[in-house]
Amino acid sequence: MRVTFTVNGRQHEADDVWEGESLLYVLRERMGLPGSKNACEQGECGSCTVRLDGTPVCACLVAAGQAEGREVTTVEGLPEFARRRAGGAERAAGDAEAAAELSPVQQAFIDAGAVQCGFCTPGLLVAADELIERKPQPSDADIREALSGNLCRCTGYEKILDAVRLAAARADETREVV
Amino acid sequence: MAGSTRVPTRTPSQLSQGAAVSGGVGDSSLRPDGVLKATGEFAYSSDMWHEDMLWGFTLRSPHAHAEIVSVDVGEALAQAGVYAVLTHDDLPAEVKKYGLELRDTPVLAGGKVRHQGEPVALVAADHPETARRAAAKIKVEYRELPLVHDEATALAADAPVLHPDRDDHHAAHVPHPNIVHRQPIVRGDVAAAAARAEVVVSGEYEVGMQDQAFLGPESGLAVPAEDGGVDLYVATQWLHSDLRQIAPVLGLPEDKVRMTLAGVGGAFGGREDLSMQIHACLLALRTRKPVKMVYNRFESFFGHVHRHPATLWYEHGATRDGTLTHIRCRIVLDGGAYASASPAVVGNASSHAAGPYVVDDVEIEALALYTNNPPCGAMRGFGAVQACFAYEAQMDKLAAELGMDPVEFRRKNAMSQGDRMPTGQVVDSPAPVAELLRRVKARPLPPERQWETLGGAPDVRALPGGLSNTTHGEGVVRGVGYAVGVKNVCFSEGFDDYSTARVRLEVIGGEPVATVHTAAAEVGQGGVTVHAQIARTELGVTRVTIHPADTRVGSAGSTSASRQTYMTGGAVRHVCELVREEVFRRGRERLGTYHPAWATAELLLEGGKVVTDAGEVLAPLVDVLGDEPVEAVDEFRHRPTVALDPATGQGFGHVQFSFAAHRAVVEVDTELGLVKVIELACAQDVGKAMNPDAVVGQIHGGTTQGLGLAVMEEIVVENAKVRNPSFTDYLIPTILDTPTIPVDVLELADEHAPYGLRGAGEAPTLSSTPAVLAAIRAATGKALKRVPVRPEHIVA
Repeated sequence: MRVTFTVNGRQHEADDVWEGESLLYVLRERMGLPGSKNACEQGECGSCTVRLDGTPVCACLVAAGQAEGREVTTVEGLPEFARRRAGGAERAAGDAEAAAELSPVQQAFIDAGAVQCGFCTPGLLVAADELIERKPQPSDADIREALSGNLCRCTGYEKILDAVRLAAARADETREVV
Repeated sequence: MAGSTRVPTRTPSQLSQGAAVSGGVGDSSLRPDGVLKATGEFAYSSDMWHEDMLWGFTLRSPHAHAEIVSVDVGEALAQAGVYAVLTHDDLPAEVKKYGLELRDTPVLAGGKVRHQGEPVALVAADHPETARRAAAKIKVEYRELPLVHDEATALAADAPVLHPDRDDHHAAHVPHPNIVHRQPIVRGDVAAAAARAEVVVSGEYEVGMQDQAFLGPESGLAVPAEDGGVDLYVATQWLHSDLRQIAPVLGLPEDKVRMTLAGVGGAFGGREDLSMQIHACLLALRTRKPVKMVYNRFESFFGHVHRHPATLWYEHGATRDGTLTHIRCRIVLDGGAYASASPAVVGNASSHAAGPYVVDDVEIEALALYTNNPPCGAMRGFGAVQACFAYEAQMDKLAAELGMDPVEFRRKNAMSQGDRMPTGQVVDSPAPVAELLRRVKARPLPPERQWETLGGAPDVRALPGGLSNTTHGEGVVRGVGYAVGVKNVCFSEGFDDYSTARVRLEVIGGEPVATVHTAAAEVGQGGVTVHAQIARTELGVTRVTIHPADTRVGSAGSTSASRQTYMTGGAVRHVCELVREEVFRRGRERLGTYHPAWATAELLLEGGKVVTDAGEVLAPLVDVLGDEPVEAVDEFRHRPTVALDPATGQGFGHVQFSFAAHRAVVEVDTELGLVKVIELACAQDVGKAMNPDAVVGQIHGGTTQGLGLAVMEEIVVENAKVRNPSFTDYLIPTILDTPTIPVDVLELADEHAPYGLRGAGEAPTLSSTPAVLAAIRAATGKALKRVPVRPEHIVA
């Protein structure tokens, strides 16, 4: 079958998709977007977390056909997604300056040392970004609850907590300045 | 890239941070791969992709022990989209087995399967589902054989011998052919010491089978080359060890198998053994097409070895004043169907069996069995984890018998620099065991009843059971427990352990740039960060490029045994020194006549300049280099070790020891047996924190894996079958299960090691588990002799 949906603001199309293929497989293997990760492929680890019409989902549990006509946001689209949420104007695909920018939550993960092997990172970033969008000043208990569906085997989560706190604090500073 | 004409999409790239990131040794520099990993651009092994590639799939045995009566691949091969089906009979070379130390593991089972999940056949097809469905059409007729699944069945008089034709170097000294390796350690006069003991405690302890549960599944891409060789992109811990095992089975010389490290999604020991490497190469060479293989989580549980489950019997004695008199112990590790790293795990379990304590009279025995259970091998802590759980339980038990505080009792018997291990080896660098314990104990305790809110309903997220809403505080009891452990660093027992680095210094765009090329596997620990830091410090440059790890440079040894910063870090430093000397030589030759200091002063490289030790600038580095790069390559070795004596276990077996201590604070719902770990504080000596943030990250991660073993993680094996091969049923700690982990880092230099550093990755995995158990015992009064502890053990 053919599937057509929007990924990170751009329409993508894939042909000869077998009906059993997941959204994750189509993103990774057919659309050249392997940022979403395949750690368990059974909906337990959260490493494939993407936004489907804004809702965080495990892409491994969504059949590709279910995404037909919908909007998907992956880790690759986070910088532009965050920029537009903050009121920035749309930029052309391939804009070098835009490509070099990171979203605040991505920058915070790097700065806080929350990335080791990094395999959980894309899913955590999408989940953490959604948390801060929904709850700009989350408590530690909020962060733990929101990220409890994302497994990490390297960090013991301490620096992931630091990263989310940092992203939230920076967003707060930005708001105060504005 | 000799021989290869086809390069996959998204190959591992050079890592360059430009001038944006700085920092030398001792700074918390940011990872050079951080941006790639945070944007989804980093090319992990499962992200490898090639136009017209095929997908490989492995058919595995459903039985744990069976004869293969017949295999019929006809129907599978006839499926549309299937390009090849391979079985044992298709293996191209005389050599049909591989293994880390003993070559006992069949590439594809021939005649017999020895564990559930053993690879039997391979399929290559144009879609992963086509390959899976074709594999299901392979008809394998099995005749089941009697199972060997524990010590009793392995060593029974009529036990089936799993490897009847053993000719390995352990075969001659083991008491039974189903024992892979046995190591006794005998020192002092235990009978006399036991007679002196005024208090004796003994116990039998059990450790369940833990999984590394790295998140990036076994995966990679093999691309056939025009010269008949193959290019392999894969996630591993040691490229050259893989190469040594892969090439003979393919019937190729090693230079025809070119390996590049693809991005590694964690390892923790689980990638020391081969998984899909040979299989993907076989399919690629057969089909003449690139072949990608990616395990899903179910297959991953069968695709790599696990931590050895163990039964440990211990006897500890002490005099009334709390001085240890002796230790007797016997450690039985289940190695499963193939040897993997079992011999080295036995060496480690035995030599660390007494823990970081002074005790001159010991009788220790450790052995690993061959069984039909899943093969076990390396996992973070490597034999020392199992021992630490048992000896720390014993230390608490002995302290209780003596009426002493468990920390004070440990401190009284703690080893220091100059004391001896049970192997007779003198610990000849700092061993701050008592100080580490003091530090974790001195921390203020976290506040009680943190679930209480101002006047409102309790925040159940802070309670055992969490959002299951099982208690509002009733029946919840707090407990505090302590533990300390010791772990060796680097490869041991006489192994020729070395690493190789190539460093190039050249002018690019008017600036000096260093390029570091090693085969060291970056598995998340941050080796690439530290290598760049070392190059900046040693060469006085800002811009450093890390070349992808591959087999076009000499071996770096394994990213295991907490050794890679010591060994490849040591190699990078050493080769930077060679480069620096060549820069100075060239400077003297070209510019020496301009300034007498070139000949007379101590020269340094700082801030992109050659300077004297008095701070005088002699020349910019770019002027000395001109358009001629300086490049050097060399090996670095740690001081030699020796094999342990086969009868007494005596000998200088280890290079370095690493120490960590934990204090666990837990709250237990004593009615339901649910545990919430509130805080898990750690103190560790790292010799020198090469990158303080990264060191703390290692301690957090190691601590959390120890927590998992304590309260949740076990591969449940019944009748040699795995019952829970999924993340639904094999639970690793989530962010809700993991407590605050305050960390106290000591830096007491080891004069034998580069920069005085001490390998840091494993020690925190040891003491975390027994500290949590001690805390649960303190809360519940239960003896708890097994990990992971389950609710039924607590409420029993």
